[in-house]
Amino acid sequence: MNAILEMQGITKTFPGVKALDNVNITVKAGEIHALVGENGAGKSTLMKVLSGVYPHGSYSGDIYYDGQERRFKGIADSEELGIIIIHQELALVPLLSIAENIFLGNEQAEYGIIDWSAAFARTKELLKTVGLNESPDTLVTNLGVGKQQLVEIAKALSKKVKLLILDEPTASLNEKDSDALLALLLRFKAQGISSILISHKLNEISKVADSITVLRDGSTVETLDCRLEAISEDRIIRGMVGRTMADRYPKHEPKIGETIFQVENWSAYHPIHTNVQVVKGINLHIRRGEIVGIAGLMGAGRTEFAMSLFGRSYGQNISGRVLLHGKEIDVSTVGKAVSNGIAYVTEDRKTYGLILDEDIRKNVTLAHLNGVSERLVIDDIREMKVANDYRRRLNIRSSNVFQQTVNLSGGNQQKVVLSKWLFADPEILILDEPTRGIDVGAKYEIYTIINQLADAGKGVLVISSEMPELLGMCDRIYVMNEGALIAELDAGEASQEKIMHAIVKGGRR
Amino acid sequence: MDTRVADDIHAPRQTSWLDFAKTHFRDYGMLLSLLAIMLFFQVVTNGTLLRPLNLTNLVLQNSYIVIMALGMLLVIVAGHIDLSVGSIVGFVGGLAAVMMVRYGIDPVTTTIACLIVGGLIGAAQGYWVAFFKVPSFIVTLAGMLVFKGLTLALLGGMSVGPFPTVFQRLSSGFIPDVFGGEGFNYTSLFLGVASVLALVYFSFRSRANQLKHDVETAPFGLFVFKNALLAVLIISFCYLMATYRGLPNVLIIMAVLIALYAFVTNRTTIGRRIYALGGNEKAARLSGIKTERLTFLTFVNMGVLAGLAGLIFAARLNTATPKAGLGFELDVIAAVFIGGASATGGVGKVTGAVIGAFVMGVMNNGMSILGIGIDYQQVIKGLVLLIAVFLDVYYKKK
Repeated sequence: MNAILEMQGITKTFPGVKALDNVNITVKAGEIHALVGENGAGKSTLMKVLSGVYPHGSYSGDIYYDGQERRFKGIADSEELGIIIIHQELALVPLLSIAENIFLGNEQAEYGIIDWSAAFARTKELLKTVGLNESPDTLVTNLGVGKQQLVEIAKALSKKVKLLILDEPTASLNEKDSDALLALLLRFKAQGISSILISHKLNEISKVADSITVLRDGSTVETLDCRLEAISEDRIIRGMVGRTMADRYPKHEPKIGETIFQVENWSAYHPIHTNVQVVKGINLHIRRGEIVGIAGLMGAGRTEFAMSLFGRSYGQNISGRVLLHGKEIDVSTVGKAVSNGIAYVTEDRKTYGLILDEDIRKNVTLAHLNGVSERLVIDDIREMKVANDYRRRLNIRSSNVFQQTVNLSGGNQQKVVLSKWLFADPEILILDEPTRGIDVGAKYEIYTIINQLADAGKGVLVISSEMPELLGMCDRIYVMNEGALIAELDAGEASQEKIMHAIVKGGRR
Repeated sequence: MDTRVADDIHAPRQTSWLDFAKTHFRDYGMLLSLLAIMLFFQVVTNGTLLRPLNLTNLVLQNSYIVIMALGMLLVIVAGHIDLSVGSIVGFVGGLAAVMMVRYGIDPVTTTIACLIVGGLIGAAQGYWVAFFKVPSFIVTLAGMLVFKGLTLALLGGMSVGPFPTVFQRLSSGFIPDVFGGEGFNYTSLFLGVASVLALVYFSFRSRANQLKHDVETAPFGLFVFKNALLAVLIISFCYLMATYRGLPNVLIIMAVLIALYAFVTNRTTIGRRIYALGGNEKAARLSGIKTERLTFLTFVNMGVLAGLAGLIFAARLNTATPKAGLGFELDVIAAVFIGGASATGGVGKVTGAVIGAFVMGVMNNGMSILGIGIDYQQVIKGLVLLIAVFLDVYYKKK
């Protein structure tokens, strides 16, 4: 097989940091090539070099694509040759329709006049290819992240793509959508389209990749060929972290006590479509020291449930009762929910979790400023101590607590958000996708923190789309589908098959 | 597993001069640019700029801009804008005139009533912005028109004045000399020395505290230099003023307000929350901050300060005219942005806004002394605003 892409000896330095050091990668025509590495290993930088975001001259080394040396000056150059990159942070315009987004900058037009019927017809075709059942004139803002991802792929297909680069495409997708996406990649492969897949989800990589390049600290560690022999996840992890990770989930002996938290008959309606009930009569309980999971497909209403519970941050016409230690508590505003012992760690840390311009210190104390102030006056020194304490306990990697959170890696940002809520000292901690888009090492650290919280007698509710994570961490798992809880499984009896089975059965009701 | 405790927590925090200057360029750069501009005009006006009489004028001319810049800073940090402050200045000034001159109400009652009216106007605008999410640009543009019109209606298109002497002192009065100096106001110098001592005491105390707890601090030399420079500036300023008529009353009001707002933004929970609100409203709300109420309060605050500025401006002219306050909002907003605030919210400092206001003020004053016409003054001011913000954006990118 011929190589469609060869990058040789790529070195890229930023002021003070060598982001890439003599990196080599060869992608063969018509293969799925996985690129793995911990956060900060240089994967995204390498892809930016390839796509021309960092133009020729700003790095050293050579790029051969389609048999010729290429010197891209910008994204337009690489796109013209069929190299299309889909970034982790989606680049769609929310208030434009699917069709408008797909043909943005590449409009189906003659003399500047757009042929909408052609655009819509093409869009329908493309949407069918990627398996998205939406009308082309649906606004992107009304789609979930998973569907937006598919729109991005459709957009890539609308250009003549030969090498598709996907940066963490399944990070925000649930199991079912992820599988669909991977199947799509396999179909592209059959059509001769090569892809580079950057992912933290190693099980997916073992499923579809033909070869794997492992980066660590800006250098190529190894390239593994999956066609010769099956590569285990542990083998990949060893390459990524330079050591074997005995277990993906820390060992934990739960110390479960009495019921401390109950939700009774909780319902909420959609904020705009007032007749759509998004959360349907949820009843659940959490015991002291227990880690409870909520499994479900994307759009099952898990985040909506959690946010409606947390100070009515989502939805309207909310009803139901919340009891802590057997007494009903008021959660009608975020402030009241927090002071009554509830914390919610959002699934989207950049939009809902952090003040990115502010430093670690100010983010950590934000939800509990009273804890570092006396009569409205903030005690700088106490605040510093608190921030340093959490920085040390949660191992937030940064030069000091005055570093802006925008400059931290995903895992460290997540630790800052966690610190914020730990400092608020809740009884019940709701974690929504706590390890989304963060690397294996940081995940393990977060799991350890969750276990420590449970051991300290708190109740933890984990919402996650990664079933292995729920199975690995939780003592009990609720399954949610279409706004209602449809099953409850103990850790001992739960399995991916049982959860999927419950969802499928629930879906048929 | 990974127990690498970040061992740099206790690394020495004493950074080198150069590193510190680089990271804190913005803080010192602003002050240095103001000094450079003052030096420039001092030279080209053959020393007129820093003559006691002119210095006094400079303070009187800019006091109301500085005072409004304090409120505008909070509004802009919260992620909004207030275009109506100029009209509020005119309206409140007119109201004060009507109350005192037409109805003979005493100045104290009038002042209190006017500040309350300012707050109510701020509340009326903040209500739409905070609770109905109407863009502040629109709401305050409407307010600008409404209060400009109401000023005209209130004054019947005429100027109303003069005011009782007590009220005039708000702007044109000077602090009395308790030491009874002849031709030299010892109290003014005394106040200057006292504030320098207080300043030095507090900065040494906070530095000692910082060092004790391993907080990053400025290199000692720079710290001493900065304090010495400030001390020299304040004392020589007070000395110059003392040789004329002493410190104006309005300067005291202004200084107290600057200190108060610097404290509120740096050290209090409400200040911190305003920055969080402007930095990321959604995250702030999910952290339990009552974002709507906070937005509302920043507008009420702006209204009160605009009311105060209206009183000071009216007292200075000793008459209320329908044209009072025209275009003030532009100077105030420019001052805040020159001072380094971000147009998207979440970033900005009280000291920056004050320095920004004085940059504008010194340029106005200096160019007037030079006899540059109002036409080119505006051109130059516009360009300075553009360049200042460009430099800010440019250095942030790097």
